[in-house]
Amino acid sequence: MSQKAQNNKAWWLVMPVVILVAFNAVIPLMTVVNYSVQETFGDNVFFYEGLKWFGQVLHSERFHEALGRQFLFTGIVLLIEIPLGVAIALAMPRKGIGVSICLVLMSLPLLIPWNVVGAMWNIFALPDIGLLGKTLNAMGFDYNYTRQPFSAWATVVAMDVWHWTSLVVLLAYAGLTAIPEDYFQAARIDGASAWSVFRYIQLPKMKRVLTIAILLRFMDSFMIYTEPFVLTGGGPGNTTTFLSIDLVKMALGQFDLGPAAAMSIIYFLIILLVSWLFYTFTMRNEN
Amino acid sequence: MSRLKWLVPTLYIVFLMLPIYWLLNMSFKNTNEILGTFSLWPQTFTLENYKTIFTDPTWYNGYLNSISYVVVNTIIAVTVALPAAYAFSRYRFLGDKHLFFWLLTNRMAPPAVFALPFIQLYSAVGLFDTMWAVALAHCLFNVPLAVWILEGFMSGVPKELDETAYIDGYSFPRFFTRIFIPTITAGIGVTAFFCFMFSWVELLLAKSLTSVAAKPIAATMTKTASSSGYELGLLAAAGALTLIPGAIVIWFVRNYIAKGFALGRV
Repeated sequence: MSQKAQNNKAWWLVMPVVILVAFNAVIPLMTVVNYSVQETFGDNVFFYEGLKWFGQVLHSERFHEALGRQFLFTGIVLLIEIPLGVAIALAMPRKGIGVSICLVLMSLPLLIPWNVVGAMWNIFALPDIGLLGKTLNAMGFDYNYTRQPFSAWATVVAMDVWHWTSLVVLLAYAGLTAIPEDYFQAARIDGASAWSVFRYIQLPKMKRVLTIAILLRFMDSFMIYTEPFVLTGGGPGNTTTFLSIDLVKMALGQFDLGPAAAMSIIYFLIILLVSWLFYTFTMRNEN
Repeated sequence: MSRLKWLVPTLYIVFLMLPIYWLLNMSFKNTNEILGTFSLWPQTFTLENYKTIFTDPTWYNGYLNSISYVVVNTIIAVTVALPAAYAFSRYRFLGDKHLFFWLLTNRMAPPAVFALPFIQLYSAVGLFDTMWAVALAHCLFNVPLAVWILEGFMSGVPKELDETAYIDGYSFPRFFTRIFIPTITAGIGVTAFFCFMFSWVELLLAKSLTSVAAKPIAATMTKTASSSGYELGLLAAAGALTLIPGAIVIWFVRNYIAKGFALGRV
């Protein structure tokens, strides 16, 4: 890092990226900020409203509930996907044809368009003609994800685990294969148990990739929209209405631009804040 | 204990394959059979659903639209990210760390936040309902990602390579295109893979920015699901076909996938 040369002309090299991303990020963001402090009755007439919408959103029950559901969902999927992904990566073969087969088959869910993931699980979980729904009902469970909140939640969580655990596996596996063989030989000579090999060699070496995995999974699960929207439409009732679903309903469905814009900004700030806190916390532990 | 180790990935793969199998199973059935009977494989095997997709222009145009904006997006993202990633990996410059972090924050922006402003922005510049709108809009998250991954790969290339080339009298553009880019082709492949992936799977922006002419396949599917009753077989066939581009791409980059994310710096 310290060997890099100081050269402000490097700005010319980043200029295309800056222009392109600024066009896509700054202009829309300013539009959102604009809406968040104004009231409109149509006809492009706007009145300045100050922070009224922010107060309204922050005090509304609807936002609190969606936010609560969002944190609960993100918490559950992180608690399942991270340990499960690490466990699978530990059990994967290290060489031979098995590696390619595992990697190709496991990556498959990552490359399926998100609405197809939703549609696929919809068909898979239908209580009358879906494999999962039919099987569960035949086993005596009363399962119907369009009617029961618990079934709906379980299905959305299972779908996310199905969809994204592979990303954690790929990252963890990349971290594991980067550990030199000597480490394991030394551990074997010392008679270390499988647990202490994991705890003192494998886990520390995976720390960096796991940080990436947790960050990516946090961000993406916090922004989840398409899959639950296709599967449950946010229902039954509002029980699977996460933040993005609620936001799109408000902005494009009801056209409440002011509150929707205020909510967008709060939403974005929450993601930034949590990511930043997590990142600084893990990095401080490192030093 | 270690004898049974293979069971873990095997069971996981079985779990992954079940919904995919069910989708394929449904795609080979006709509507009557889907709604009337429950069977683990098609009783009256039919290719009718696939035939509809390949002969009806609203269906196959959906695929062509999706593929075209994904390819254009990948090319744009990788092209602009290459010099930027080089700058981040080789030089310190005013505000470099802030700029890098700002770029990454765009990966954290929920597409739902940007849907409405994007519609207005791209209508204003006259690109609404063209594949360019989607290709450019997807740069919001793909360009930062491309810079992030490429920077990781480039930092792995020793600086002596640059220095030797400059001493040998190479100019920067000639060095960059003739020597540097060929040495990091693996990294470019991985980056292109991830750009392709995130553009291919995204729907919210792609759907919001198009209406008729440039409608992606995903949007055609949602329209079918809601409008023409419930043609599950057709929907399943359309879904099954969306697996193919991904599967092809995975096969080509299987040895680099795992490396791609791990090398990027956080």
